[in-house]
Amino acid sequence: MKSTTTILKRELRAYFATPVAYVFIVIFLLLTGILTFYMGGFFEREQADLAPFFFFHPWLYLILVPAISMRLWAEERKTGTIELLLTLPFSTGQAVLGKFLAAWAFTGIALLATTPIWLTVNILGDPDNGVILAAYIGSLLMAGGYLAIGSCISATTNNQVIAFVVSLVTCMLFILAGLPAVLDFFTGWAPQAVIDTVSSFSFMTHFNSIAKGVIDLRDVIFFGSLIGCFLLANTLILDAKKGE
Amino acid sequence: MIEIKNLQKSFGDFRAVDGVSFSVKPGEVLGFLGPNGAGKSTTMRMITGFLAPSGGEVLIAGADVEVDPIAAKKRIGYLPEGAPLYSDMSPRNLLEFIAEAREVPAAERAKRIEEIAAKVHITGVLDQQIETLSKGYKRRVGLAQAIIHNPEILILDEPTDGLDPNQKHEVRQLIEEMSKDKVIILSTHILEEVDAVCTRAIIITHGKVVYDGTPSELKERSPSGRLDEVFREITTAAAPAIA
Repeated sequence: MKSTTTILKRELRAYFATPVAYVFIVIFLLLTGILTFYMGGFFEREQADLAPFFFFHPWLYLILVPAISMRLWAEERKTGTIELLLTLPFSTGQAVLGKFLAAWAFTGIALLATTPIWLTVNILGDPDNGVILAAYIGSLLMAGGYLAIGSCISATTNNQVIAFVVSLVTCMLFILAGLPAVLDFFTGWAPQAVIDTVSSFSFMTHFNSIAKGVIDLRDVIFFGSLIGCFLLANTLILDAKKGE
Repeated sequence: MIEIKNLQKSFGDFRAVDGVSFSVKPGEVLGFLGPNGAGKSTTMRMITGFLAPSGGEVLIAGADVEVDPIAAKKRIGYLPEGAPLYSDMSPRNLLEFIAEAREVPAAERAKRIEEIAAKVHITGVLDQQIETLSKGYKRRVGLAQAIIHNPEILILDEPTDGLDPNQKHEVRQLIEEMSKDKVIILSTHILEEVDAVCTRAIIITHGKVVYDGTPSELKERSPSGRLDEVFREITTAAAPAIA
């Protein structure tokens, strides 16, 4: 645990040592602003909630989260620092977890920077703050899911561009799994169980259900086990590469 | 302290390390010599647990690196080939990170960093970004992180590469100072370095040990007493005949 926090601290510090953190947070705020107020019609709807804000998160994360996760392992491999990191006295799993948690904490900080919009909606009306809090938690869980996928993919390559593109496509599959475009492909011939299974892998299904204000244990377990599985795969990939 | 038994490593069809065996005791400074691509770095990477061997074993104080990597890694200080460092950090932050990871007690870290920095002459650049440092400074930061926890075993992959003659001299002195109670394995291309700091030399070529003895014995092999001649003779003689 101590080793994990040591890595977490170093990584988190590294985000803010370079312009990466500031550029990311500014772009994130800019995009959420544009999407919420212009495309989401935040004011025109005249409803005191943050639905138009959260509606775009799966899509926004699709681009922005792989941009964070792509460097996690690919950069270490490229610069050779992976040799420094993995010869320190801790397990591969602790290194994976530390780096992941730092990236997740960083997205959490970016998300925290959007809270003025939460205040705004409270000034303008009388929103259900429980629902908003649930949606924030759901959004953070979803970001964790994207990050775990991206971290795992980043471990397979030393090329950040490849890591970015492959992570983006993989995450997109996890979004699309719940959309009619994909589900229609199965309806008509596949049994309902198959359709339900495919749709149950969708980030959309789980995020939307949390964003409605109901933190269902199943949704939390979905994101939790998804993160766990991808981080485990991440560790196994790194260990397997030692033997290559 | 270190025992290596029939160590092997293959990358696909290429046998990078092919049955290397030797053991090193505290007080020994082992110079690892060999042409480029002979398997020096690969062997070091297996000793430090960065690469998994294809065969054979590495025992650090009796414990197999593969079985208990953390116990083995705790005893080792390692300067990887090319001295890779987190370039967006300052040497001070990097050393703090390594010291913490290497379990140097929190109360001693700051003092320890100052001491080591003075030893390797990086005090003046401790708060500069590593990215902006010259090759010589980077190498010495790499060396500093390897010795920050005063390890029993020091594995240095080309510790003097990129240093000027004065800096080389200083690093050699540092190695000599530390050698009394440690196991030190260093790889180098520079033959005079082996003569200057090593108590023992191992030459490997094509993944096999072709010489294991003291540097002076090595010199005696040549009528002219020149190390480079012996080196050339040994490493080219062992090359497999090209059909």
